[in-house]
Amino acid sequence: MTVQQHVMLDGCHVLPMSAPDDFAEWRDHARQLVMAGVLPDLIVWTEPGGESADLFSHGDRSLPITDSHGLQPRVPRRFIEIAKAAVMHCDPERFGLLYRVLWRLQSKPRLMEDAADPDVRALVDMARTVRRDIHKMRAFLRFREVERDDEGEYFVAWFEPFHHILRHNAGFFVRRFVNMRWSILTPRGSLHWDGERLREGPAATKVDAPNGDPMEELWRGYYASIFNPARLKTRAMLSEMPRKYWKNMPEAQLIPQLIAGAQAREVAMVKAGAMEDAERPGTLEAVADAIETCARCPIAELHTHAVPGEGPVHARLMIVGEQPGDQEDWQRRVFVGPAGQLLNVHLARAGIDRSAAYVTNAVKHFKFVQRGKRRLHQNPSAREIDTCRWWIESERAIVRPKLVLAMGASAARSVLGRTVSIGKTRGRPIPLEDGSELWVTAHPSYLLRLEGAGREKQMRLFDADLAAAAARLSELA
Amino acid sequence: MAHKPVLERLKILADAAKYDASCASSGTAKRDSQNGKGIGSTEGMGICHAYAPDGRCISLLKLLLTNHCVFDCHYCVNRKSSNVERARFAPQEVADLTLAFYKRNYIEGLFLSSGIIRNSDHTMEQLVETARILRKEHDFRGYIHLKTIPDADPGIVRQAGLYADRVSINVELPTEAGLNRLAPDKDAGVIDGAMNTMKQAIVEAKDARKRFRHAPRYAPAGQSTQMIVGADGANDAEIVNRASTLYGQHRLRRVYYSAFSPIPDASAVLPLKRPPLIREHRLYQSDWLIRFYGFSSAEVAQAADHHGMLPLDIDPKLAWALKFREHFPVDLNRAPKEALLRVPGLGTRGVAQILSARRHRVLRLDDVAKLTVSVAKIKPFVVAADWRPVLFTDRADLKNIVAPDCNRQLELFAA
Repeated sequence: MTVQQHVMLDGCHVLPMSAPDDFAEWRDHARQLVMAGVLPDLIVWTEPGGESADLFSHGDRSLPITDSHGLQPRVPRRFIEIAKAAVMHCDPERFGLLYRVLWRLQSKPRLMEDAADPDVRALVDMARTVRRDIHKMRAFLRFREVERDDEGEYFVAWFEPFHHILRHNAGFFVRRFVNMRWSILTPRGSLHWDGERLREGPAATKVDAPNGDPMEELWRGYYASIFNPARLKTRAMLSEMPRKYWKNMPEAQLIPQLIAGAQAREVAMVKAGAMEDAERPGTLEAVADAIETCARCPIAELHTHAVPGEGPVHARLMIVGEQPGDQEDWQRRVFVGPAGQLLNVHLARAGIDRSAAYVTNAVKHFKFVQRGKRRLHQNPSAREIDTCRWWIESERAIVRPKLVLAMGASAARSVLGRTVSIGKTRGRPIPLEDGSELWVTAHPSYLLRLEGAGREKQMRLFDADLAAAAARLSELA
Repeated sequence: MAHKPVLERLKILADAAKYDASCASSGTAKRDSQNGKGIGSTEGMGICHAYAPDGRCISLLKLLLTNHCVFDCHYCVNRKSSNVERARFAPQEVADLTLAFYKRNYIEGLFLSSGIIRNSDHTMEQLVETARILRKEHDFRGYIHLKTIPDADPGIVRQAGLYADRVSINVELPTEAGLNRLAPDKDAGVIDGAMNTMKQAIVEAKDARKRFRHAPRYAPAGQSTQMIVGADGANDAEIVNRASTLYGQHRLRRVYYSAFSPIPDASAVLPLKRPPLIREHRLYQSDWLIRFYGFSSAEVAQAADHHGMLPLDIDPKLAWALKFREHFPVDLNRAPKEALLRVPGLGTRGVAQILSARRHRVLRLDDVAKLTVSVAKIKPFVVAADWRPVLFTDRADLKNIVAPDCNRQLELFAA
């Protein structure tokens, strides 16, 4: 430093602040300076540990004597709000900027409303940055439990704030964790709460803090599980949780691997769920072609034939069975086996013309287990029925029947999407989304398995269901 | 039944809960623990304690009590016919976990939901019991959000509101037809009735507090709901309209939209492509237009195309402005607040700053540039002291000028 610079500093007030975040101290100094009419350019504000602290050691440190009758400076409330936050900013220029705005406010009282003014903007930006830092400290600080000889839990956190916000945030942590004992260590100072009193301590380093907590494994497990890999929005995450905070957050170390694994996990999900984006077939022939090669469910591995529905394209009645049986698989036609023959008898009795109805199955392939030479029928699983709903819905969309007769629980599920009890739903219409009606009854093969009185009873119920459906069909114009 | 270790169950039950979009911890009554025996505080503004790479805020411990479920909703990963691994927590275990996380400042509180076990009443009782342990035994004063079950006993549901800050009932799908098809065990009428009962309870409790200072608070953060977008055929106009009805009729605090996303072991009734994530974003934007920008749901619908879908490449406000150019340009120095709010690219903050600043100076484009994010975006729609968009709003290629790189952005989202 040269002599010349010293000379230029003559008449300049150097104001050493005793704390970097003390609004009251700044306010007291500033009030006196304004009342003494000291121009903003003639003041140098310094803070403890600041670079400029000894640079200006020769300036006038005494505050100007105030005329006690002088006019008290007046400021709008908004200035106080913003100044209280801005004073905590780490920018060494903040005290000077605050004073300049205070000075200008005396001749232009509504200056704060002019958001386009450069000084106001700079101040508002500072306040916003500080508030964000305050908020992020409350959000991203992590306590770790430490073993102490004396009784009870004790928690310690290590956090690196970017501005002088530690003391300001003390109240928040006390209000929230008042019945806990804890310390918050930062490079700018520390806070200690013993359950009754708050004590301020010197700056700390990371090694003073514990380096782990068993609970963090659970927390990381939670973090990784709550993340939905089907929707990766890394930019949205980064804007709210910038990388600079990651190093002290136990869960952040997982982020790179979560991102890397996300795409692969989504692809796997889509594959496993057979969620291909397919066009619905527009004709019954297209359905017949497509089901032949369908491999959406495990039944495809049995390599049976697909059996398409049969009947007029615009039939008013659609009859849905469960799945093809042994005979149907050989002949590749619906309801040609024993159950089909029984069905024909009962349809005729109810006066239903089978050739005018569209007859199909809930599941298109025969599912069986091999027992010696015989192929034994197996019930399709709910999942297999649901997979095959794609086809039955395509058929319904093409045929547009007025009435759908579902025979058996599988058929009912394939139309409704849920499993219903035949006993509770038979004999009355269930309205469907497209305006048609569903009638539920038993499957003819069920009748074949019964004997004696039970069979007689079920036959009568089956006939009654068919008759009711036939009557309803003639009512439906 | 031998229980799996806590970590394993936590992973299963958090995984099962992640399809619920809401994680807000804001808008509840202010309180802290200074005169209490426990821990916790809420100070109005919610806090997001972490963000996951899906961009969502992690504010609460979001869990299902169990993912066993007797319902069979096709879009849901926990439906009865799904093959996912099942697990369950006891209410005490969830309470302990919540406290352990809270003490380490990981969370603001708990968001508890559940699959339906045994029946609705039993399930609801378990949810309420968890909240009771936290509130009564541990004097927990953090945030609690409980999902309520529409057809559970109203007496039990009522208790939920006494312990929870927020309660929610999911409408699940925007249309009744969609609900019948994809959630066959649920009933739109029952859901609606439950929301209405909840609204009345909230209103009554607010009223009681006006007269009796010590009347108990009841769900001070109100109720919210969630709709799944893209699982049924509902278009954007229908969804926006449904949401606006919900805000009006049931005084919901928030309607959440969740883009239907591929779930493990998805039901085959959903042979759908996943809707672009950006659609969910556009719906939230239109939600904002209705709540903060003075748009009506009918006006948002006007921004949609003839299929009722909002454009994906530009935001709904810009879409509306391009369609109704007669409302522009807007004079930044004279126009009323309502007109300024309609300018694409001007947010509520920007408008407030313009209104305040123009009392002190005649605004030029330079001034406006300091107050808004992008002056280039708003230029075609505004008049300033030194700026007038000559014939700009009549140009057919205006969309390319204001949103030239919209195609490129879309590709980024599609990745």
